Amino acid sequence: MNKLNFLRPDIENIKTYLYLGIFLIFISILDVSLNAFFNTNITSFLPNFISFLLPLILGTVGLHFIRIEFSGIKNLDLLNKNINTNAFNAVLTLLIIFAIIKSLPAFLSWFFIDATISGDTKEACTGTGACWTYIKIWLNRFIYGMYPNELQWRINISFIALIALAFVGLLPSEKIKKFLTLYYVVIYPVIAFILIYYLISGGAFGLVWVETGAWGGLSLTFIVSFFCLIFCFPVGMFLALGRRSDLPTVRYISVGFIEFWRGVPLITVLFMSSVMFPMFLPEDFFMDKLVRVIIAISLFEAAYVAEVIRGGLQALPRGQYDAAKSLGMGYWKMHIFVILPQALKLVIPGIANTFLALVKDTPLIFVVGLLEIVGMLNLAKTNPKWLGYAMEGYVFAAIIFWIICYAMSKYSYNLEIKYKTDR
Amino acid sequence: MSDPIIKIEGMNKWFGDFQVLKDIDLEVEKNKKIVVCGPSGSGKSTLIRCINRLEEHQKGTIIVDGTELTENTKNIEAIRAEVGMVFQQFNLFPHLSILDNCTLAPVWVKKMPKKDAEELAMKQLEQVQIADQAKKFPGQLSGGQQQRCAIARALCMEPKIMLFDEPTSALDPEMIKEVLDAMVNLAKAGMTMIVVTHEMGFAKEVADEVIFMDEGMIVEKAETKDFFANPKNDRTKLFLSQIL
Repeated sequence: MNKLNFLRPDIENIKTYLYLGIFLIFISILDVSLNAFFNTNITSFLPNFISFLLPLILGTVGLHFIRIEFSGIKNLDLLNKNINTNAFNAVLTLLIIFAIIKSLPAFLSWFFIDATISGDTKEACTGTGACWTYIKIWLNRFIYGMYPNELQWRINISFIALIALAFVGLLPSEKIKKFLTLYYVVIYPVIAFILIYYLISGGAFGLVWVETGAWGGLSLTFIVSFFCLIFCFPVGMFLALGRRSDLPTVRYISVGFIEFWRGVPLITVLFMSSVMFPMFLPEDFFMDKLVRVIIAISLFEAAYVAEVIRGGLQALPRGQYDAAKSLGMGYWKMHIFVILPQALKLVIPGIANTFLALVKDTPLIFVVGLLEIVGMLNLAKTNPKWLGYAMEGYVFAAIIFWIICYAMSKYSYNLEIKYKTDR
Repeated sequence: MSDPIIKIEGMNKWFGDFQVLKDIDLEVEKNKKIVVCGPSGSGKSTLIRCINRLEEHQKGTIIVDGTELTENTKNIEAIRAEVGMVFQQFNLFPHLSILDNCTLAPVWVKKMPKKDAEELAMKQLEQVQIADQAKKFPGQLSGGQQQRCAIARALCMEPKIMLFDEPTSALDPEMIKEVLDAMVNLAKAGMTMIVVTHEMGFAKEVADEVIFMDEGMIVEKAETKDFFANPKNDRTKLFLSQIL
């Protein structure tokens, strides 16, 4: 055995250093964990100040011992390279680990250990943690809004049908593949509209009519997001092309449109759509509040989508335009087959960004009296029987939105990989 | 001799205040091969880009295959379909496979049935010896292969005239030959060609006429032999002494 030099751990005594280092790190984490979970201090015999800093010192020394370059152990090298390159990094790593351990108990006890989910009145919630009973009781409202309970199967069926129809693209048949773009861009939205119009709204085929004011909750979030996403994309695309057009009229109209919608806050747009807009319409002309809101949000987001797509168009080299033109393609053929496929591929991250923002903007439709999931939460939290559970509601909404947005962001990432043919 | 297929008279072009082309007169007869050379910035590329109106000229007339190039979009598109072009930077469509690059325009511009277009494309790819790469994407090919694909793509439109804008300038030396070979074959097959290039070997081998341009003007235009044997203009002599 070679002589140990504790200032410079070397590979010859790797075992000694490793065991020593791991032992010290273990002690330091144990100390913090015991402190966090059981509120005990095993180093209380030491002076206050030293006792407080001891885990950090022990951990840093431990990490110093295991910092051996080219140890030949894959995970150790990885760890050293990423979070243990020098003493400063080691301290930061430890502080973060300690912070997580310290915050875990409070988090766990609020979320799970002291939380209540049994019972069905406020009185059941006696613990100090979260009152999930509140979510359980109101869950139906959070999902379906004021939609009559006995008719909720209509929403379920149309959503299941829409999800099923969305998977048509996965069918292996070659015949169908030719029409996929047409299907997703035109046919699918039309089917969606018909389903929602006849099944959820009702009023025909012996189905009771349910006014849109009664729609709400998560299902309304989905409906609004879905149609806004579908409408704002093509509008944004045409605006982007229009802004780059050689025809001055088209260009100025596009610029004006984009700058107008980008310049006003969404909340005022929604307010205008419900209050001002009907004043300009003939008296016998009726347009549903929900439809007006969807149009307003679509146009608003289209302006953002347009600028994102324009970024993609500008990123394409001029040679692509030259090549397409030299083959005799006109404006539309050139854009449909050569320019847009490449530009859109480039801006998938930007589009995903805009779409995520759109989904998270939907709660603003409360200003016109439509209550999607956050709106329903706000309503429920002011219910006299259930006062004081706003926290649970917002946490619940945050989780739901996070799941939706994470799924979208994952999907956009997959698209990026799928269409990667170069670079 | 038959009527010229390209006829340029008194053509002038400005980029802003800067005049790039000055009083260009040029006639190209069918099946002739013209090589355009000259120092950089002399307007060679702009000249051939004007022939299929990738650049607009401001004065004078350009008549290609009996049609004058004007604002008329329909005419321009018709002429472009008859005039193939190969670029310095290849400009293949990176999102499409080699085969799709070749069939895109025949299918959508000439309304050729997809099957026929694919047959034609494979034939053209065979000609330039990259038929085995047909399913790959441009990014997976070498520069020389990409440029040959670009030639095949232009030929798939069955053009009457081919324009080459410095087709070998962006290539590694060992890849230049494979592209030049493809161009020589094309020349031997009787295509009308206008080639902007610095490859004087290629000019000597295939060109009927060589044009020397400088500062936006055609300085010298002569049969290939005469051009290299006894250039008349001093500027041409200087250029040739530097490049040869």
